[in-house]
Amino acid sequence: MNPALLIFWVLAGLAVLGALSLVWQRHPIHSALSLIVVMVCLAGLYLLMGAEFVAMVQIIVYGGAIMVLFLFVIMLLNAGEEEHTDFSKLAKFAGLPLALALTASLAALAYKQDASVPTPTQAFIPGATRQISSMLFKEFVYPFELTSFLILVAIMGALVLAQREKK
Amino acid sequence: MISFLQQNAFWIITIVKIALLLFIVLTVNAYLTWFERKLVAHIQSRWGPHRVGPHGLLQPAADGLKFLFKEDPTPDGVDRFVYYLAPFLALALSLTALAVIPFGPDPIKLFGQKIDLWIANPDIGLLVLFAITALSVYGIALAGWASNSKYSLLGGLRSSAQMISYELSLTMSVVGVLLMANSFSLQKIIEAQARPGGWGVLGWNVIGLASGKFPVPQIIGFICFFTSAIAETNRAPFDLPEAESELVAGFHTEYASFKFAMFFIAEYTAMITVSCLATILFFGGWLSPFPASSFFQVTHYIPSITLIPFGLWVIYDGVKYETIFGKLILPGVGFAMFAIGAGLIALPGVNEFIQPIFWFTAKIFVFLFFYVWARGTLPRLRYDQLMNVGWKLLLPVSIANLIVTAGLLLVRGAK
Repeated sequence: MNPALLIFWVLAGLAVLGALSLVWQRHPIHSALSLIVVMVCLAGLYLLMGAEFVAMVQIIVYGGAIMVLFLFVIMLLNAGEEEHTDFSKLAKFAGLPLALALTASLAALAYKQDASVPTPTQAFIPGATRQISSMLFKEFVYPFELTSFLILVAIMGALVLAQREKK
Repeated sequence: MISFLQQNAFWIITIVKIALLLFIVLTVNAYLTWFERKLVAHIQSRWGPHRVGPHGLLQPAADGLKFLFKEDPTPDGVDRFVYYLAPFLALALSLTALAVIPFGPDPIKLFGQKIDLWIANPDIGLLVLFAITALSVYGIALAGWASNSKYSLLGGLRSSAQMISYELSLTMSVVGVLLMANSFSLQKIIEAQARPGGWGVLGWNVIGLASGKFPVPQIIGFICFFTSAIAETNRAPFDLPEAESELVAGFHTEYASFKFAMFFIAEYTAMITVSCLATILFFGGWLSPFPASSFFQVTHYIPSITLIPFGLWVIYDGVKYETIFGKLILPGVGFAMFAIGAGLIALPGVNEFIQPIFWFTAKIFVFLFFYVWARGTLPRLRYDQLMNVGWKLLLPVSIANLIVTAGLLLVRGAK
């Protein structure tokens, strides 16, 4: 077996297991840990496709910063195990059909695209970092800066709301 | 058998290199504790460890045995899985970071194979290190949470807040260096500091002189980097997660025996990694501080010139040492140093080969000394002071440094 393919299946399997465990775990911290596993596995998959920069940013931003904040909030609130409530009516009636529809459409897409999806080793992009940065700062500089501005506004909004609550 | 070895040479060499690096780093870690205790003791006018072995040199071995044989209780009410996972995570991540550090430029040729002095040399070496730094918060935060103790939880919370805050300035402070090297690869960052014409120490990023152009010094970037790095590794004066006077031992209060030792080893390994990184990014990595001209060829004898007198002094010290054990061991160690120093003069080829490794090690040692020096002399910051330093001082200064560096490089014309 091709080693890259083997690594792909291991990482993909781990990511799916992590996602399942994220839903099934009863304790919020365990769920957050499962999500970290998913994030790191995704980074591994990006690395396998030759997107080194994206992979590392995935770990630094999602695996590191964002998940640490999740964990921080859960720890700060000292959230305990979830209590099991009755299923919501929506989940009871619409849940299974919707899940089936999603799975079916994804499966259909995967089946259709099967030949055109590049195998992990083929899609190697040399110098991905350079390409990404020139795209970000040349072609998409305005959307990029606008997004940063939007995030800044959101942060300030959150601050204002938090301050108001204090009074 | 031979063909099997040749076919799988890469894997065999890599595994042997990993084992060797782990052995060296763990030994250095052990003696780093001795070095730290001795140095802090002398700063505080004490003797430090001096009972186990001559000058306390066997203290690390005694400590290691003690860690191994201590009772290892699991406190009541802990989250078992996370409680056991946390020390493994901390240790594994900090050891992984060493895999991307290049220790020397020239490969060793052995059995017809070229063996590079690094385990991996990815183009994104620096990003890999930052990714590992970003993940290493979890070891401490989870340990604090899983222990089911108020002190631990507070230590864990403090450390996650502290590490998130200082990660920003840590990352921002090195972007200037990245602009100068035009690469994320640690090897290329070092090579970019060997400016054409052989400027030696002037070419290092901390001064940043280039031939025929004005210098773009990264000294401010370096100060921001090293301060943030001390905070990131939870060392004094930023060791609030384990502030003894208020939190008992912080996040590792409930850990005993070898699980505690794993946190300890992780912290010391992180110190070594940060020292390596400071050396690589700002102080020219394995480059010699002297220009590469034939006049400075004399400086190639510096390893011998330091080793021979030091060896002689250790022999002298050993002969008049009080215990019989010391009288036997110390002259032996001194003679070995003397022999290595003399051997380097006798074998010019070997001497040339060890030059980069010598300078790299010497610089790492200087930064480790700084770590201990800071711990011995600076008082611990208060929590609000810590946050103020991180957000209101280091982050703006490192961003300003980035903007000024980018502007200067633009004026100077990069490359």
